[in-house]
Amino acid sequence: MSWNQTRRKAVSGLVVGFCAASVVLALIPLGFILTYVIRNGLPALSLGFFTQMPKPVGEPGGGMANAIAGTLILVGLAALVAVPIGIISGIYVSEYRRTRLASAVRFSADILNGVPSIVIGLFAYTAAVLPFRRFSALAGGLALGIMMIPIIVRTTEELLNLVPGALRDGALALGASRARAVFTVILPAALPGILTGVLVALARIAGETAPLLFTAFNNRFWSTRLDQPIASLTVQVYTYAISPYDDWHRQAWAGATVLIGAILLFSLLARATTRRLERMHRT
Amino acid sequence: MTAVRIETSGQKRPADRGGSAEPMIQIQDLALQYGDKPALKGISMTIPKNRVTAFIGPSGCGKTTLLRCLNRMNDLVDGVRIQGRILIGGRDIHDGAMDVTELRKRVGMVFQKSNPFPKSIYDNVAYGPRILGSRSRSDLDATVERSLDAAALWNEVRDRLHESALSLSGGQQQRLCIARALAVEPEVLLMDEPCSALDPIATAKIEELMEELKSRYTIVVVTHNMQQAARASDFTGFLLLGDLVEFGATETIFTTPADRRTEDYITGRFG
Repeated sequence: MSWNQTRRKAVSGLVVGFCAASVVLALIPLGFILTYVIRNGLPALSLGFFTQMPKPVGEPGGGMANAIAGTLILVGLAALVAVPIGIISGIYVSEYRRTRLASAVRFSADILNGVPSIVIGLFAYTAAVLPFRRFSALAGGLALGIMMIPIIVRTTEELLNLVPGALRDGALALGASRARAVFTVILPAALPGILTGVLVALARIAGETAPLLFTAFNNRFWSTRLDQPIASLTVQVYTYAISPYDDWHRQAWAGATVLIGAILLFSLLARATTRRLERMHRT
Repeated sequence: MTAVRIETSGQKRPADRGGSAEPMIQIQDLALQYGDKPALKGISMTIPKNRVTAFIGPSGCGKTTLLRCLNRMNDLVDGVRIQGRILIGGRDIHDGAMDVTELRKRVGMVFQKSNPFPKSIYDNVAYGPRILGSRSRSDLDATVERSLDAAALWNEVRDRLHESALSLSGGQQQRLCIARALAVEPEVLLMDEPCSALDPIATAKIEELMEELKSRYTIVVVTHNMQQAARASDFTGFLLLGDLVEFGATETIFTTPADRRTEDYITGRFG
């Protein structure tokens, strides 16, 4: 082997090794978080955690049934707010990509994406809590929904841009109007990806605490009313974690475990859905 | 002349190849600019009914642009300006009264790269009729069968109409696109290099199909492949840098071209 070849092999090996080391480094925190949470959380988990209400301090056991239901309701409300607005804006930005309004929307979405979640919570507080003088599930859903919008706008836009222009030409050449081409050909072609984007966005906001602190607030009791304060896993974990009671600490670990498990489940669901839809398109 | 000519006389041809036919498309002084770049410079020609007309020329000569003018697919391109008139079946296609949907119903198009929608075979073919408001299941069934049959695809897909169109082979996909265009019963079929992505067998099938279809449709085909133009067309137009250099019966263009540049191109001296 010539010297040059040896040198190239060595450099290649070095670079590959460096890349591999970076990947491992990036995964270490995730590994630590997962093992730590699960080791502390699993022992505290039981069926009762999902079915029972919180118990007063000093009484062992109890669960977070109300918080689990609350998180589901809040995430559902957020999706109701964000999915239609996000997808329709995404279509606009993709279809009229060179217009001024489109660049403005794109820019605002990026800014909104960077706004700290506590600030979005403050906004929802001013817009949906102060006027009614009451914390509510609706205000919490609004805050989470606002956080989701920019993610969905950009995902939708990117995925629509990936749809080959030839499909649009094909639809137009058959006499379809532009709107019809978008809704019958281009959007369906991008839908699997958009759906994944929505699920990923849902998984992300399901773990938010800050925007809920003074919008949905918290609730020690079972409530599914949208105009009342509502419990959520994240706020409950926060409340329990900063309390001085060992029982509550254990409950907080269990809550964190459930939260991580749920988000993992969402992500897996997203991937499975994408695969299934893609297969449907292919065969 | 030392260059090799493309042999056209040895092939079997229908007696009326070339010959006189009534006009279908009249293009009058058509000029088109992208921004300030002229792409077509004053083109006039008459494309006869129920014949295959080929546009040939080197890349960038404007043949695809010319083709896309005929169903106004250039409308959506930014910064395009079009002058001149195009009459199809005697009607000006830029007339305010001419709805672009109606125009595209009369003038179907098949693209260079087959572009089936990610839907079932059935839904691909039914797409056009559905736009035109056809809802009856039995009508659609009949249209789908008739169109796939006309595109010589029915026997291959009759048992899998509800499978994805993307499961078909490249040649089948292109014939599906032809079927999709035929489903709205156009008068004119535009084909933009329909075989450029296909193997010789699939290409032969499409060319055969063009020969069959011309009894009912007027076909305009853009091609890079001069043998294809010689084999499959009745009339040929040679474009160069936005000008129509020569237009006439295919036989004449390929055996006794009037223009030096045409001769150079078809004998392979450039392009």
